[in-house]
Amino acid sequence: MEFERRRDTVTVRITGELDHCSAQPIRRELDGLIADPGVKKLVMDLQDMAFMDSSGIGVILGRYRALALRGGKVAVKNMNPQVKKVFLLSGMDQVIQIM
Amino acid sequence: MKIINEMKLEFMGVPENEGFARVAVSAFAVQLDPTLDVLADIKTAVSEAVTNAIVHGYADAPRGIVTVAAALRDDGVLSLEITDKGKGIADIDRAMQPFFTTQPEKERSGMGFSVMQTFMDKVTVESTLGEGTTVRMQKRLREG
Ligand SMILES: Nc1ncnc2c1ncn2[C@@H]1O[C@H](COP(=O)(O)OP(=O)(O)OP(=O)(O)O)[C@@H](O)[C@H]1O
Ligand SMILES: [Mg+2]
Repeated sequence: MEFERRRDTVTVRITGELDHCSAQPIRRELDGLIADPGVKKLVMDLQDMAFMDSSGIGVILGRYRALALRGGKVAVKNMNPQVKKVFLLSGMDQVIQIM
Repeated sequence: MKIINEMKLEFMGVPENEGFARVAVSAFAVQLDPTLDVLADIKTAVSEAVTNAIVHGYADAPRGIVTVAAALRDDGVLSLEITDKGKGIADIDRAMQPFFTTQPEKERSGMGFSVMQTFMDKVTVESTLGEGTTVRMQKRLREG
């Protein structure tokens, strides 16, 4: 997973497909990236994410919850139409910014 | 209406087969020349039903067999049947409600059935405790 840290923000590029099969390794990597309590914002660049189902909702919301506990937040960008449809259906746009 | 093509897949309920199932169904459906958006909807719904069979149906008995049957009708409709012989659903109406999940500790959002219902034209569920679950879905691929 390609990532970049700038001050309190980590931007990460998630590639491939986010389903139940890939959820566990992706979750672990994301948790590693936000383990430092100095990280207050996680930006997920989904440009190269070809597919997501409801397992992805769980992964994104789980990271949101972890960051919200320290006053942080999550944002997403570059969603393809399939990913965006699942994202919007879940109502996640209430708490997660689309950049 | 008449069935113009049918297929049936049986595979072990392991996570690696979630991707296999959605790609296989999509490749089957493509012969009716649906739009990419329609294909993406079908892939997503198949992924939900197959994942549920694996993570819920076979939660206590991993690697059970999941069956995916698909039929194309001459009126342009794809029908799908995803079956597991797992533990079954106690209360189907409740299970289908948005955000209802029996696995919150695994970060499930309870949105799988809502995705299926939004992405497909019709979804029905038949389930018997201790015997298994069949999810039937339909989607129009093109005007008949
Ligand atoms: N094949 C199945 N066998 C047994 N129980 C099932 C099956 N499919 C669904 N369920 C039950 O229905 C509930 C709701 O399913 P749904 O797919 O909507 O949400 P989820 O799988 O819990 O979460 P998500 O799909 O968002 O990861 C599940 O939590 C489970 O209790
Ligand atoms: Mg589900």
